[in-house]
Amino acid sequence: MVYKMIKPNAYYDSVTLMLITEDIKKKDNVEEALVGMGTETNKEFLKELGMLDSELESTTPNDLLIVVKGENINMEEIEAEVEKLLKAETQEDEGEKFYPSLESAVKRLDGANMAVISIAGEYAGLETKKALDMGLNVMLFSDNVPIETEIDLKKYALEKGLLVMGPDCGTAIINGVPMAFSNVVKRGKIGIVAASGTGAQEVSSIISNLGCGISQLIGTGGRDVKKDVGGLMFLEGIKRLIEDDETEIIVLVSKPPYPEVVSKAVELLKKTNKKHVVHFVNGIVEDSEITVGHTLEDAAIKAALLCQGKEIDKDEYTYFDFLESFDFDVKVKEEVAKIKEGKYIRGLYSGGTLADETMVLLSKEIGGIYSPKPLNPEYLLENINESKEHTVVDMGEDEFTVGRPHPMIDFTMRKSRLIKEYIDKDTAIIMVDVVLGWGSHMDPAGEIAEAVKTARETSDKYRCVIANICGTYEDPQKYYEQKKKLEDAGVIVFPSNASAVKFAVNVWKELGR
Amino acid sequence: MSLFKEELKIVNIGLKSFYEDLKKQGANVVHVDWKPPLGGAKAVEILSEFSKLNVDIEKANAEAVERIMNSQPTLVGMGIARDVVPGMKDNLILHAGPPITWDRMCGPLKGAIIGGLIYEGKAKDEKEAIELIESGEIEFDPWHHHDGVGPMAGVATASMPVFIIENKTYGTKAYCTMNEGLGKVLRYGANGPDVIEKLKWMEEVLYPVLKEAIEIKGEINLKNLIAQAVQMGDECHNRNRAATSLFIREIAPAILDTHFSNKEKKAVIEFINANDHFFLNLSMPAAKSATLAAEGIKGSTVVTVMARNGTDFGIRVAGLPGKWFVGTAQEVEGLYFPGFTKEDANPDIGDSTITETGGFGGFAMAGAPAIVKFVGGTVQEAIDTTLKMYEITDAENNTYKIPFLNFRGTPTGLDIKKVVEKGILPRINTGIAHKDPGIGQVGAGLTYPPMNIFIDALEAFVKEYSD
Repeated sequence: MVYKMIKPNAYYDSVTLMLITEDIKKKDNVEEALVGMGTETNKEFLKELGMLDSELESTTPNDLLIVVKGENINMEEIEAEVEKLLKAETQEDEGEKFYPSLESAVKRLDGANMAVISIAGEYAGLETKKALDMGLNVMLFSDNVPIETEIDLKKYALEKGLLVMGPDCGTAIINGVPMAFSNVVKRGKIGIVAASGTGAQEVSSIISNLGCGISQLIGTGGRDVKKDVGGLMFLEGIKRLIEDDETEIIVLVSKPPYPEVVSKAVELLKKTNKKHVVHFVNGIVEDSEITVGHTLEDAAIKAALLCQGKEIDKDEYTYFDFLESFDFDVKVKEEVAKIKEGKYIRGLYSGGTLADETMVLLSKEIGGIYSPKPLNPEYLLENINESKEHTVVDMGEDEFTVGRPHPMIDFTMRKSRLIKEYIDKDTAIIMVDVVLGWGSHMDPAGEIAEAVKTARETSDKYRCVIANICGTYEDPQKYYEQKKKLEDAGVIVFPSNASAVKFAVNVWKELGR
Repeated sequence: MSLFKEELKIVNIGLKSFYEDLKKQGANVVHVDWKPPLGGAKAVEILSEFSKLNVDIEKANAEAVERIMNSQPTLVGMGIARDVVPGMKDNLILHAGPPITWDRMCGPLKGAIIGGLIYEGKAKDEKEAIELIESGEIEFDPWHHHDGVGPMAGVATASMPVFIIENKTYGTKAYCTMNEGLGKVLRYGANGPDVIEKLKWMEEVLYPVLKEAIEIKGEINLKNLIAQAVQMGDECHNRNRAATSLFIREIAPAILDTHFSNKEKKAVIEFINANDHFFLNLSMPAAKSATLAAEGIKGSTVVTVMARNGTDFGIRVAGLPGKWFVGTAQEVEGLYFPGFTKEDANPDIGDSTITETGGFGGFAMAGAPAIVKFVGGTVQEAIDTTLKMYEITDAENNTYKIPFLNFRGTPTGLDIKKVVEKGILPRINTGIAHKDPGIGQVGAGLTYPPMNIFIDALEAFVKEYSD
């Protein structure tokens, strides 16, 4: 049966009506439908579909036709539907304005001077080149950028007087703006050049928490200081800080650079009258004029002391003063009393440099540490998922992160590993890092605390869980709330990685197993 | 350097969370919704070669777009294809798109060719037409090899009347047949007696009246007409209503001055008036005469032809004269006339993409709100379409302006390098033909070219201009 409705002198655009026709056709019982103006073309369609009668035949292109073929059709309903669709307001796009390309973004952002690039490594080179061509400095977060590309880009950038921070660089704070994975630090007189992401986060956070400030934090990416790249940006960063009026103290943080890079860096530092602190995790500087930090924490404290105008003894080994409300020795004994079983330390880290530092500090005191990336090849962990004796893993390594976000963002892997280690009868102590700041999870302590609670409900044995918080009091996660969440779950919390390791070593030694 | 003294102004490319974090801190930041280049790793390889080329591409492209923009397409007259179209002859049939053989032709193109042979009196029905074609006596060639364009199947035979458009700035000429209207028409592959009858009427009444009228009126500046129509809501590809009306205003007084009977004059004006797409067959050769002027500019990556034959989609590039880069014609996302569905649709077909190539059509979508429903509904999406086209073109048109975008010029000068680099394909507005011969138009919609043609063209470009 054919139902029809004619609305004279009601003009609508034909495309609108075609769209409405599509909707009406989808309704129950509707076999065929035409919502359209009374044009010759539409009448012809109606004729071919066997839906035309003399009344429809006599309509004009100014009349709206609603013609429906089917059984038990409620035309009032159809009409209401058509009316509704005709009146449907087009939705205002309230979304933010994003740009389809670097060019159009730069055109719009007058005076753009920095690009943060985090696209897949194979494309990052082209995009970085484009940014440099447009006079932008680049913070290149992407990994898997070919080393030749890195070298080309950095040479090109230097020709143009620009910085390329990265690739594989998570941390940079330029002009007070923390980018990618960085903490909210005070601004001040200490400039940092770092070839290590969490190393830079740890040092800058401790400095800020000590009440001092950062002028610039230039992250270079780990490969920069190795032989092939030869410290192109690491050395440029030092030069920039030397030239910068705001910077009075220069801090260098890195895993051990290529010796030539070290000597060039040392040369630069010796030429300036600015003060400095250098810390190479698991590396040394053979120069009596260079002030070294023994740990990331020590480097930060020394920088802060210099900033406060104090004299420092370069051979002194300092700890962040966390003991005011914390009786270290008593706490060690309390923990030892609770640990009835297990004798090994297991470290589950999200920061690569923090994991490295833990291995360095632990191995000095308690011997070899197993790891997928051990300090000594003898201690290579064959199965990355099975800990052995003392084990420290950086869960941010590629083998853990394939197909999932970094463990600073996604805690799934670390949580299940933590529970697994907790249940293991050989485990005595578990160490974790909790990294705050932009880029990180907004409640990392909550995630760790949840895993610890689950582990303690699952196992009837006690293990000591130690966490260091890498972050500042100004970070968006709220430092003290994070700390409390951990403490409420019975986690012993430290304000630095080195102090957390010191505690772990003391507990282990006191256990005497 | 002064970076440490400046306010940081950041462009974030990639992870949106970095942008959001920067924004939360109150940093001055914008976000790029980045897409990988077309073809991924291969594109990276090709694009990396560009710095080594020994030609000033920017300068070449500037010249190409200047030529396209400074062209002044003008309707100078009409004639019979055989007499005016370069290389036209009696056993030759011109068609839309890149070159193709009979066995690979799609339904509507075959249907139109059969219709063309019947129209020419070379065959009395389909069977005879196919026999004639299979005898090898009939030759086929793209319109683009003869400085012309054909909408949809684009079939033209020797006796068909054509418009002659002259580019007054550069002297190039382009040709196109007259538009037959909607529904069952030759260009959509229909070829029944009514179709042939209408074509005959067009040859015997419409053509002589219009030809004489144009002679009386004198030349008509199509560039001005298109510019006005774009400001009146046409994009002069899928919507030509304003342009057709403007054309009637120009030509009607002259039609009245012709020596034909009132009945014939009235029939001509009514025919044009009843067909909103009449101007399409003028906007297309107008664009063709302009892009022709850019062909052969050494070192230019600007596209001078986009065309489809219903089987293949082909492009030609200013700096690679005479070469076609061809891929599979895509399906059209669209709306269908009553009684038809997607199942009935033939893949993308026609030379009308010359309008986008010339800097209007789908590229001017923001100015044609009446057709935005084809994109999915909102005016915002139409605006976004045009804004996106600025990304892959080299210039903003100096004549065709979009009021809604503060009279910004339409995106002009499609650049294969930008297409590949930014991973953004040109947007195309088009009609939809039935896949079987003889049926005609079944809807209209939107589509994209296949991406490989841009990559292939860019690769050929690098090869051509390497030492």
